[in-house]
Amino acid sequence: MHGNGYNGTVRIGFYICHCGHNIASIVDVKAVAEYIKSLSGVVVSSEYKYMCSDPGQELIQKDIKEHSLNRIIVASCSPLLHEHTFRTAVEKGGLNPYYFQMVNIRENVSWVHTDMKAATEKAKDLARAAVQRVFHHKSLETKHVKIHPDVLIVGGGIAGIHAALTLANAGKKVYLVERDPTIGGHMAMFDKTFPTLDCAACILTPKMSQVKNHPNITLWTYSEVAKVDGYVGNYKISVRRKPRYIIEGLCVGCMDCIEKCVYKEGKTPDEFNLGLSKRKPIYIPFPQATPQIVVIDPETCIEFKSGRCKKTCVEACDRKAIDFQQKEEIKEIEVGTIILTTGYQPFDASRVPFYGYGKYPNVYTSLEVERLVNASGPTGGELILRDGRHPKTVGIIHCVGSRDKNTNRWCSRTCCMYSLKLAHLLKEHTDAEVYNFYIDIRAAGKSYEEFYDKLLDENVHFIRGRVAEVSDWAVRPSEEGKLIIRAEDTLIGIVRRVPVDMVVLAVGMEPQADSQDVRRMFNISCSTEGFFLERHPKLAPVDTFTDGIFIAGCCQGPKDIPDSVAQAGAAAAQALILIDSGEIELEPNTAYVVQEECSGCRTCLTICPFTAISRDEAKQKAFINEALCKGCGTCVAACPSGAIKQNLFEDEMIFSEIDGLLKMESPACC
Amino acid sequence: MPTVEQPKENSWEPRIIAFFCNWCTYTAADLAGVSRLRYAPNARIIRVMCSGRVDPQFILDAFSKGADGVLIGGCHPGDCHYMEGNYKALRRMQLLKRMMKDMGIEEKRFRLEWISASEGERVKTVINEMTDQVRALGPLGLPKKFAEWDKELESLEHEVNGKRDTIHA
Repeated sequence: MHGNGYNGTVRIGFYICHCGHNIASIVDVKAVAEYIKSLSGVVVSSEYKYMCSDPGQELIQKDIKEHSLNRIIVASCSPLLHEHTFRTAVEKGGLNPYYFQMVNIRENVSWVHTDMKAATEKAKDLARAAVQRVFHHKSLETKHVKIHPDVLIVGGGIAGIHAALTLANAGKKVYLVERDPTIGGHMAMFDKTFPTLDCAACILTPKMSQVKNHPNITLWTYSEVAKVDGYVGNYKISVRRKPRYIIEGLCVGCMDCIEKCVYKEGKTPDEFNLGLSKRKPIYIPFPQATPQIVVIDPETCIEFKSGRCKKTCVEACDRKAIDFQQKEEIKEIEVGTIILTTGYQPFDASRVPFYGYGKYPNVYTSLEVERLVNASGPTGGELILRDGRHPKTVGIIHCVGSRDKNTNRWCSRTCCMYSLKLAHLLKEHTDAEVYNFYIDIRAAGKSYEEFYDKLLDENVHFIRGRVAEVSDWAVRPSEEGKLIIRAEDTLIGIVRRVPVDMVVLAVGMEPQADSQDVRRMFNISCSTEGFFLERHPKLAPVDTFTDGIFIAGCCQGPKDIPDSVAQAGAAAAQALILIDSGEIELEPNTAYVVQEECSGCRTCLTICPFTAISRDEAKQKAFINEALCKGCGTCVAACPSGAIKQNLFEDEMIFSEIDGLLKMESPACC
Repeated sequence: MPTVEQPKENSWEPRIIAFFCNWCTYTAADLAGVSRLRYAPNARIIRVMCSGRVDPQFILDAFSKGADGVLIGGCHPGDCHYMEGNYKALRRMQLLKRMMKDMGIEEKRFRLEWISASEGERVKTVINEMTDQVRALGPLGLPKKFAEWDKELESLEHEVNGKRDTIHA
């Protein structure tokens, strides 16, 4: 460590950014620059409209050469956004990048304060702290780690499928882990897709079989990630493969066993058809399920429950693929990058009791209707209601579990469009009168508004107003035996009662029930709603704050199929960048033990959760393995002798920051 | 109602030093910014990688140099980016709290908060709340007290020396 300590040779360049009006409208940048100029060690202090732009960066590089600067400070946005940009600029200017320090005066100052005087004082304090801090900065070496070329993708919906195929086609080895017995996700359940009305299965199933047959993809369905260890480039993953009681290599999906099951009829609600049909204990989720491998459900299979089944399925299988003794299996794999495409869960409509879901049989969720109108659905595509009737009038209620303070505040983005699509399909199947109850029609997307226009031409009714309730309480003869939708028509300003035979609830999208567990397992964050948090909402929408882990599809937020596919492609590209560059730079913020100071007390050994610290018994000193250290600095704070130092966060740096922040120059103090 | 801004001329304003962990609370503060939430300008944030990095000495140092309050923000229990750094912080701060009481530093001047990356709103609430509480307590003024104590010691020393001189004489 060749330090450049507090020895008077420090030459600081300070730059404050206007960020257009973002900073300059609240912080008096000129005053800050002027003030910082007066501080000891500061050689250059200037302000510029956009420091992150090319001219801004060039300004720094020019000054480094002209004024022999050896410390650079930029006061602008959050270091989480542009620290890397400026470090690179400083490095190009011929200075070690770790001589750079960033001051956050946008997210921490101008965007959260309105009083210019107070904001300017705060900016001065923060800048002064940085000036004091950089005296203690040192030249550090950037660490590089190798990236294992294999990729793990979690979740086999359309996003996971697309990401897997993209990477596999680029020649990378992919593990695709799906917890259900088949891949396909929610898209496999849809009938047709808006706005083109091409059938979901027709565009999805070819991709599903490509996944199955791709030499570069290892597909593990009915499996879950059990454990994640390691770090970017070197993740160690344990995958739990749940027993399906079928030997995968032997089953060809002929389904003879299903036919011969002692149950002549299905008794268990079929998950794929959302309980609208029944399945047997031995089943295949749907005809195009991938892989085409049968599953036995031990909860309902007689052999598992009593052990006294005739096992006609075993007899029927001439490939001897059924194995009641199958056990859960743990697979250990190593990957360099991970893409999470774990999807969403539909809003539980029974949480809005006044819409009558679960109470009135003819109230359906949108996803159920997708199955009902589907040719391979429980009714073969014929729209038969739970009470056996064919609907003559249908009401579609938008925003169920979306844009609602009582449930979910966000817009689920897809419901308007799929409601329009369902209106079209319902009309096509039944010629019924269809009423849409909406708050706003959000048809933002290529050809979406045109689709809405088309629906208007098809004489679908649109009533603007949030529905108050669905009931069977008839007050007029025309309402007898019907479900009555009561809503205010806000365009004409009256309360309307619309009697219908069928109600469709356009349910919104929610984070998966276990999204918090998944987030913890992969060490990423969730945003306020519980969807996975991206590194930057605009500029890094598929990255997470954990290097090497990417997100795509509805686990990041509600979105439709085209957006999910686009994100999946983006996530695959991000993974490819890492894989093909072969290595990644790591923050050199690791800790090290100053051997002369260490008393060998062992305090640090138990504190490190990564077992990076060991003790040299001969020398009686602690020693930190740099490769294992993740740079949290907990041991540094715990060391009673002050013998441990953390690069970039040394005690002296933080003490000088504290000192700088509290130096009396701000007005309004004791 | 917590005061959001405090433009009053020449009135005393509390100064709060905040240590925020990079992964949760600092990100939350960024989110507060992106969401344009308005909060009191009294807190100055120092970024550390983990709340576990916060040495109790940092806190005492901040108080001794004139801070009126110190705030530490870390990830929620179970959410620490480094597995358990926040637990270590909690343990340390519990101890420190007791010590500070003995030193005459009011409890409300020091706060440890778990704020996740999604809780921008919480950053605002906590900083506003704390600013109000510390403002109500008034200045801690340790540097001034230190100076007074130094003076006292000096005069005591003087006195003792003076007596010694007379005895010798």
